[in-house]
This record gives sequence, C-alpha cells and structure tokens, in this order.
Amino acid sequence: MRAIVVFIDQIDVPGTLHPTSHQLLTLARAAGEPVAVVAGPVSGELAADLGAYGVTRVLHSEQPDLADYLVAPKAELVAQAAATVSAAAVLLDNGPQGKEIAARVGVALNAGVITDAVSVEPVDGDLLVHKSVLAGSYTVAARASSAVAVITVKSHSVEAAPAAAATVPAVEAIQVAFAPASLGARVVQRTPRAATGRPELEDARIVVAGGRGVDGDFGPVEELADVLGAAVGASRAATDAGWISHSAQVGQTGKKVSPQLYISVGISGAIQQKAGMQTSKVIVAVNKDPESPVFEIADFGIVGDLFKVLPQAVEEIKRRRA
Amino acid sequence: MNIVVLVKYVPDTQFDRHLTGDNHRIDRNESILSELDEYALEAALALTDARGGVKAGNKVTALTLGPASAAAAVKKSLQIGATEGVHVSDDALAGSDASATSLALAAAIKTLGPVDLVITGMASTDGETSIIPAQLSARLGLPQLTFAASLEVEGSTVTARRDGDDVTEEIQATLPVLVSVTDQANEPRYPNFKGIIAAKKKKVTTLSLADLGLSADAVGPAGSLTQVVAAAERPARTAGTIITDSGEAGIALADFLAAQKLI
Repeated sequence: MRAIVVFIDQIDVPGTLHPTSHQLLTLARAAGEPVAVVAGPVSGELAADLGAYGVTRVLHSEQPDLADYLVAPKAELVAQAAATVSAAAVLLDNGPQGKEIAARVGVALNAGVITDAVSVEPVDGDLLVHKSVLAGSYTVAARASSAVAVITVKSHSVEAAPAAAATVPAVEAIQVAFAPASLGARVVQRTPRAATGRPELEDARIVVAGGRGVDGDFGPVEELADVLGAAVGASRAATDAGWISHSAQVGQTGKKVSPQLYISVGISGAIQQKAGMQTSKVIVAVNKDPESPVFEIADFGIVGDLFKVLPQAVEEIKRRRA
Repeated sequence: MNIVVLVKYVPDTQFDRHLTGDNHRIDRNESILSELDEYALEAALALTDARGGVKAGNKVTALTLGPASAAAAVKKSLQIGATEGVHVSDDALAGSDASATSLALAAAIKTLGPVDLVITGMASTDGETSIIPAQLSARLGLPQLTFAASLEVEGSTVTARRDGDDVTEEIQATLPVLVSVTDQANEPRYPNFKGIIAAKKKKVTTLSLADLGLSADAVGPAGSLTQVVAAAERPARTAGTIITDSGEAGIALADFLAAQKLI
C-alpha cells in the first residue's frame, strides 16, 4: 500500500496527539498506509496513540535544530522522511506552520501543494481535495499531478476514528541532513501566551464574535461564549482598538472560521468580516443598526442593544439548563 | 539597502469575485494592488527612510508577476514610494500554481543582483494560500522570517516577532533574508500628489520568461503541479428572520438556539 505521511509536532505541542492529528491519521488510513513523521521524542504513550490509529511505522528525529530554528528544519525532516518511505502524499494541519512546512516540502520534493482542504477523498488512486476559495463564494476540487501530493487539512474536515485493530508501530530514529540555509532563522525567544480556557477559534463548534459595537467591553460577549462553550472572536475594528488580542481576529486577514454556529455581536459585517465567517452553518447577528450588512446573511438577526440582549440570553440559557 | 517587495494585482475584495472559464481561473477584472502587500511596501519604505532614503543608495524594487494589467500594481507601488518597478509578464505564465509562480519569482529576483531583503505580504487576498513566501525562501536559499508582526534591522541582524495562538516567538536571521509581514506590522502610507508625479519618471522593467531563463513548459498549466478540476459557486446566503428587540430578544435568541439544537 502507498505510504501516506502525517507530520506530527512534538516540539511546539508535546505530549499526546492533538485532535487534528487524529483526524489526519484517520484520513491517511483511508488513503493508504499511514506513516507518522514526528519532530521530537516518541514516548510509549504517543506510540500507543499512533498505534490506535493504525500507524505501523514511525520516523522521528530529536535533533535540536528542529526546535531552534523556524520551520525549515522541520520541512527537511518531513521531505527526507517522505522520500525514505516513497510517500504518495504528505498531510499536515492547516495552521501557519503546517502550511509553511507544506510549502517547503513541495519545493524539496517537486510536489504540488494544496492548502485549506475541507475534505480529501481517495479517487482512483489519487487524492481529490475539496476546498473553498474566494472567501467561501466557491467550492473547488483540486488534485496534485506530481508523484507526491502535499495537502494541508483544516480542523474537523475528517471525523477522527481509531483503527478497527490497534497496531504496534515500529519506531525508527532518522538523522536529517540540514542544509545550511535551513539554519538561518533562529528562534531566540518563545513566550507562551496565557491560556484563556476557551476553545481555539479555528477548532470551536460555536464562535461568539464582538466588534465595534461592544465599545471596549467584551464582558457580555465572553459571558455568552462561556455559557455556550464557545470561542471568542473579534472584528478587525475591535482588535485594532486594542480591546482584545489580535489572535482573536476573524476575517479576510485574520482567522477563517466555519463553526456550527457563529454569533456576530456589534459587527456591521463589512465584506472583509464576512470573508472569514460566511461558511458557518448557522449565523446569528445582534446589532443596533438595522442597515448592517450582516443582517443580509444572518439566519437569525436581532436589531437591538447587545448590552441588554446578551445578558438576557445568558440568563435564559442558564435558566433552561437549571 | 537593496529591497525587493512583491506586489500582486488582485480582484478587489469589496466586490463579488468569480472564477471563470474551463480552467476555473480567477476573473481579474476590478483588480487593485493587494491590500496585504501595502504592509510589505511600508515595511520596506520605513527601513530605507531610516537609512537616508534613495539619496543614501537605498532602493525598493516593486516586483509583480501577472498579465499586462498587473502593471497597475507596480505603478501604485511607485506612487507610494518604491524606487523602481519590475513586471514579469508572459502569456505562458497564465494559470501558474504556487509552485510555478514561486519558480518564476525566484528567477526574477535573481536577475536583480544582490538583494538584502525580499519582503512580501502574509498572503495574497485572492489565492490566500500564503505558501509563496516559504517557497521563495526555499528556492532562493534565504532564511525566512514569516508572518512578522514586527520587524527590526540592526546592522545585518533582522529580528521579527511572530504571534501564534499560544506562543509569541522572536526570530532572528542575518541579511540577506526573506520576510513576510502581517497587517499588524505597520500603518501603510498613501500616495500623495508629489509621489504620483514622481512615479511617472520612475523606471519599470518588463521581463519575459526568456529574460528569466525559463522555458514555457516550466510554468503555466504545463509547469504547475496542481490542477483545479471542478468548481461550483456556493449559493448566496439569504437573510433569515430579523426581529427588533422590544425587551424579550434575549429570550427569542435562546428559543432560536434551542430550536436549532445548539443549546
């Protein structure tokens, strides 16, 4: 069977497997024989987790260069490991790092790179990738014509499922030959950000996002998010005003989200904002201005004061659950 | 400093954008200089301004790849302050994917002599893949400092800040480097009257594939490693129920969420 490489980062996100890795391994199993390429150590626990998803072969490296430099050494690990196993495809997560590793692996292996996949189906020995383009206004199917396909897959594109029978993977350490140019961009400092305890925007089933209308006070948005178990997002106006971290920004230049439910609060819904959220399954909008463009795409819209509507909704949801 | 800034002519995001033809290519009418490239241009101009500008021998070359109309992206860059422009234009380039595009861009940059910095935006606003900077870095053998939310150059040391979801990284490299900047990196300047007049006298070089030493089958559909095989327009979203709060809208919201089985 054709080897399908899944890249797994145990340096920046050590410990157990990220849910996205489970999804990628499930996809790899459907397309061929999953091979895990791990940057960092492979603990017994990690090997067992990989085995539960049907991985028979793990290639890994603990060379310190993988942690000390930005992206390029990890891309060399993936490219050299993929060549070793004659991989038919390389799957990575769709975050900034995953995409950049994909980009460089594409150059190293002369392979086509397809990003932002929302589903990948094996068709006649080929992988057909579905994605949405032009801010969600089109869906396209794309394929790579190269010997190896490099695909970055969005979270929740695949439902993770363990293999019918667990395997015991063979774990091999490999020695990556790093090109001098790959050791050019050194990471001199890493500062962890304080965890919010809320789900990540791109992984969340529900997103509550605030904009200019919150006028500096994200309290009501956060309270609604917490009662719904949602992630908190923001428009560019709100992040530029410094009311919330830029990492919360949803839109053309921020995160693209596609949750089950997107609640837009105090956001007019200019086209750049729509671009980041209009593939959400259900859209709810709360805004004082009845002319806000967001009402043109909302499944349920409330023209009203968010400082009254949101607390009332929070109380009502709590009451119903009590 | 000799800086090359990549500028792309892309469909204006203020309008509906379309795919067209059997090859599902982007309809490039109503195009403008990509908004995200303005941050790249500003980063370059700020660095050269701080070093005495053009008079002190600094140069900012705005480089674009695209059809004849893409010259407008170069022109706008010259009006904003770029020193000169380069337009890679060849019919064979149409339909190039990221791999073929980065190949041609790398070849074009190599024609410009020793370059200290290549600066790009974080992504184009049309394809939005954001893989070109990393591919260019790999092809040019330059260190990549990508998704920089801040950028400093001291001597030959370049330092950038990169904001991830759960970690902020400070990264450093020695010139020459490739940098991509996010929309947090700066406040782009606008062209003024003086700049618009001055732009008319600035040099723009047009390069063909032959000038880059590439054959036609290395780019375009023949040189691309990916193909779009099908495309469908997503049905436009339509407005649902809109209510005006008369004191009970929060309860109506809870009702709606319950009916949708979301609570």
